[in-house]
Amino acid sequence: MISFDAVNKRFDDGTTAVHELDLEVPEGEITVLVGSSGCGKTTTLRMVNRMLDATSGVIRIDGRDVREIAGSTLRRDIGYVIQQSGLFPHRTVADNIATVPKLLGWDKKRVRDRVEELMATVGLAADLGRRYPHQLSGGQQQRVGVARALAADPPILLMDEPFGAVDPVVRALLQDELLRLQAELRKTIVFVTHDIDEAVKLGDRIAVFRTGGHLVQFSTPAQLLTHPVDEFVADFLGAERGLKLLSLATLEDVPVRPTTTAREADESGGDEWVLVLSDQDTPLGWRSSSDRALIPAHGLSGGDSLLAGLDATVSSPTGLAVRVDAAGRYVGVSDQRAINESATRFRSEVLVP
Amino acid sequence: MGELFAEILRWFTTGEHWSGPDGVPAQVGTHLVYSVVATVIAALIALPIGLLIGHTGRGAFLAINLSGFGRALPSFGVVILAFQLSGLSLVPIYLALVLLAVPVMVTNTYAGMAAVDHDVRDAARGVGLTGWQVLWQVEVPLAFPLILAGVRIATIQVVATATIAAYLGFGGLGRYVFDGLAQRDLAQALAGAVLLAVVAIALDQALRALQKPLTPRGLRRSNR
Amino acid sequence: MKWSWIPDHAGDLVTITLLHLRMTGTAVFFGLLVALPLGLLAYRVPRLKSVVLGVSSLLFTIPSVALFTLLLPLTGLTPTTVVVGLTVYTLVVLVRNTVEGLESVPPKVAEAARAMGYDRVRTLVTVELPLALPVIMAGLRIATVMTISLVSVGLVIGQGALGQLFVDGFQRDFGVPIIAGIVITLLLALVADALLVGVQRVLTPWHRTGR
Ligand SMILES: Nc1ncnc2c1ncn2[C@@H]1O[C@H](COP(=O)(O)OP(=O)(O)OP(=O)(O)O)[C@@H](O)[C@H]1O
Ligand SMILES: [Mg+2]
Repeated sequence: MISFDAVNKRFDDGTTAVHELDLEVPEGEITVLVGSSGCGKTTTLRMVNRMLDATSGVIRIDGRDVREIAGSTLRRDIGYVIQQSGLFPHRTVADNIATVPKLLGWDKKRVRDRVEELMATVGLAADLGRRYPHQLSGGQQQRVGVARALAADPPILLMDEPFGAVDPVVRALLQDELLRLQAELRKTIVFVTHDIDEAVKLGDRIAVFRTGGHLVQFSTPAQLLTHPVDEFVADFLGAERGLKLLSLATLEDVPVRPTTTAREADESGGDEWVLVLSDQDTPLGWRSSSDRALIPAHGLSGGDSLLAGLDATVSSPTGLAVRVDAAGRYVGVSDQRAINESATRFRSEVLVP
Repeated sequence: MGELFAEILRWFTTGEHWSGPDGVPAQVGTHLVYSVVATVIAALIALPIGLLIGHTGRGAFLAINLSGFGRALPSFGVVILAFQLSGLSLVPIYLALVLLAVPVMVTNTYAGMAAVDHDVRDAARGVGLTGWQVLWQVEVPLAFPLILAGVRIATIQVVATATIAAYLGFGGLGRYVFDGLAQRDLAQALAGAVLLAVVAIALDQALRALQKPLTPRGLRRSNR
Repeated sequence: MKWSWIPDHAGDLVTITLLHLRMTGTAVFFGLLVALPLGLLAYRVPRLKSVVLGVSSLLFTIPSVALFTLLLPLTGLTPTTVVVGLTVYTLVVLVRNTVEGLESVPPKVAEAARAMGYDRVRTLVTVELPLALPVIMAGLRIATVMTISLVSVGLVIGQGALGQLFVDGFQRDFGVPIIAGIVITLLLALVADALLVGVQRVLTPWHRTGR
C-alpha cells in the first residue's frame, strides 16, 4: 500500500504543485489520478519513486518512508511507464525490456526467458525483439514500455498518461489488455490520465485533483458518478454522467429471449426482420424480405456493459441487442426494456451509499 | 617571457609602426580590402546558387558536400598555385580567396532554406503566393540567420587566408608575421599575430552584432 | 610540367604524408581527450557552458597563422607548435558538438533511465553518450578534415608537412609539388572521412535500420 500523509510539493519558483495531500492507494488495485492539465498529477506520481522529493509530509510504501530508501534502489522495485514510452532508441526492443533485470544482475538465460515471456504477455510477436523502437508503431512502443516496466515483476506500477499518444482504437485495445493483465497480476497501479472515460473504465478508485494540487474527491467510479462532491467534480465528469454509469454494469443479468433466425443461404418469407447467422452460429446481421441488404449486428457477451447493450438496441432496426456466449455463438436477444430495468436496478444499488 | 612581452609592447608603442604605407592602419586597410572584395564577390556567386538549390531542391547533394570539400582544400596551397600558374599578380590571389569562400556560403544558404518548415512553405503556396513571392517573403527571411552565419564564417576564413598575400610579397597583416619570422624578429612576428587575431575577432563580433538587427523579429531567440 | 617529379620523389612523398598523418592524428586525439570531459562539464553545469562555448568560439576565430605564431615563445619552430594549435581548433569543434549532442538526447529517455534505477553516471555512460554519438562523430569528422587541411599552414614556421611542398614549388617556380600536395591532402581528407563514417556506422547500429 502507498500512503500520502499531509504531502506538499512546492517548486523553487514558488509553484505549489501538490497541496496537503492525504491519500491511501490500496494494494492490488488500479488507482487513477484525474484532473485538468497542471493540477499536480505527474508531480504526485513522481514523488512515489522519488524522481521528486516532497517539500513536506511523508509518503510510505508498506509503512516505510520512501526517503529512507536510496532513489535508485527504490526505483528498481517500481515500474514506471510514461507517454511515448521513453524507450531507449539505441537498444533493441528485447534489450529495452531487459533493462532492469540486467541491472539486478540476473543471469543471461533468465533474462532471455523473462523477455520472451513478457513480450507474449503484452501481445508482441517474438520477432519484434530484434527491432529498434523507431521500427515499431506507437501502440507497439507503448506495449514495450509496459513490458519494460513489468520486467522485474515490481509490485508497484506508476503510469503517467501511458496511452495518451495513440489513436482511440489502439487506446481502447491497450486499456483492455491492461485490465486483462491486471486481473492476472494484481499489481498496485497508480495511473494518471486526463480522460475521464479512461479513468472510469480502468479505475478501481479515482482521485480527482483540482488546480493547485488539491485532492477534491477520492472514491470508486460508481460513487464518483452518482455522488460528485461538488460542482467542480460534476463539471469535470461531463454531461453524460448517467450513461457513463451504465458503462460500469454488465449485461450478465439481463434476460435473454429467442428471436427468428435464418441461415445466410435461406430465402426469407414474410415481412419480419430475421437475424442471419453464419454456419458457426455467429450473428451476421438483420435482414427483411422487402430489402435484401443485410444490416450488420455485433453480438454482445455477458461481460459487455449495459451502455454497449443500450447502444446496440438503439442502432438495431428491431430495437434488439444480439447476445452471444463467450465463444461468440448466438444465444438470443435482449430488448431495450430489459436493459433499462437492469440499469434502474444497478443505479438504485449504487445510490445507496 | 616578461622581456618578450615588453618588446611586443615597445613594438606597438613605436610611432613609426603606425604611419606611412607600411604602418599598421595602412596594412589593416589593405587586409580588409582584400578580404571584403573577395567575400563580396564570393557572396554574389554563392548566395544565388544556394537560394536556387534551396528553392528547387535540386542539387542538394552538391550543396551539402560542398562545404566539406571547401574545408578539405588546403587554402595556402590553392592560393600559391593560382599565383604561380597565372602570372604573379594580385588577381589570382583574389580568385583563390573567392573560390575558398564560396562553398561554406552555398552550404549554409542551402541549409537555411532546407530548414524552412515544409508546412510553412505549403501554407504560403496555399494562400496563393507565387514561387518568387514564396522565396522572398517566406524562405529568405526564415533562412536569413543561417545565411548570415555562412557569410560571417566565410569572411573570417578569408581574413585568415588573406595573410598569404604577404607571403607572396603583397601587403596586409601577414606582412609583420612573415617579415618578423624572416628577420628573426620574434617581437614583430608576435605583434603581427596579435594584430591579425584582434582584427579577426573584432570583425567576427561586428558581424555577429549585425546578425541580430538583420534577423526577422519573430526568429530572434538567443544569439548563437 | 615535369610530372616525372612525382615518381622520382615517391619515397619522400610517403615520408611526408606519414608525418602529415601523425600530426593530424595527434592533434585530433588530444583534442578529443580534452573535449569530451570539457563538453560533459559544460553540459552539466549551465553556468560553465556559456563560458566554455564563448571562449572556444573566440579561439576558433583566431587565424591559424596568428595562432601558430603566438605559440612560438612556448614551443618554438617545432611540429609541436602546429600540433598544439590544431589541437585547439579540434577542441573547439568537438566541445561544441559534444554539448549539442548531449542536449539532443530526448529528456524522456534520460528520465526513463533514472526511473528504472540508473544512477547519474550509468545514465550518462550507457544512455546519454551513446545517443549523443552521432553528433559527436559529425564533429569528429569536421575536425579531422579541417585538421588535415590546416597542417599545411604550418609552412609559415617551416613545419607544414605536406605544406612544405607548396613552399618548395613556390621557391623553385614549379607547380607539380604544389599540385601533388593539394591532391594528397584532399585524398587524405576523403579517406579519413570515409573511415570515420564507417566507424560511426559500426558504433551506432540503431541508425542503420530503416523502417
Ligand atoms: N520542475 C518544475 N518546476 C516548477 N514548476 C513545475 C515543475 N514541474 C511542474 N511544475 C508545475 O507544477 C504544477 C503541476 O505540474 P504537474 O506536471 O504535476 O501537472 P499535471 O497534472 O501532471 O499536468 P498535465 O496533465 O499537463 O501533465 C504545474 O503548474 C507545473 O507548471
Ligand atoms: Mg502530467
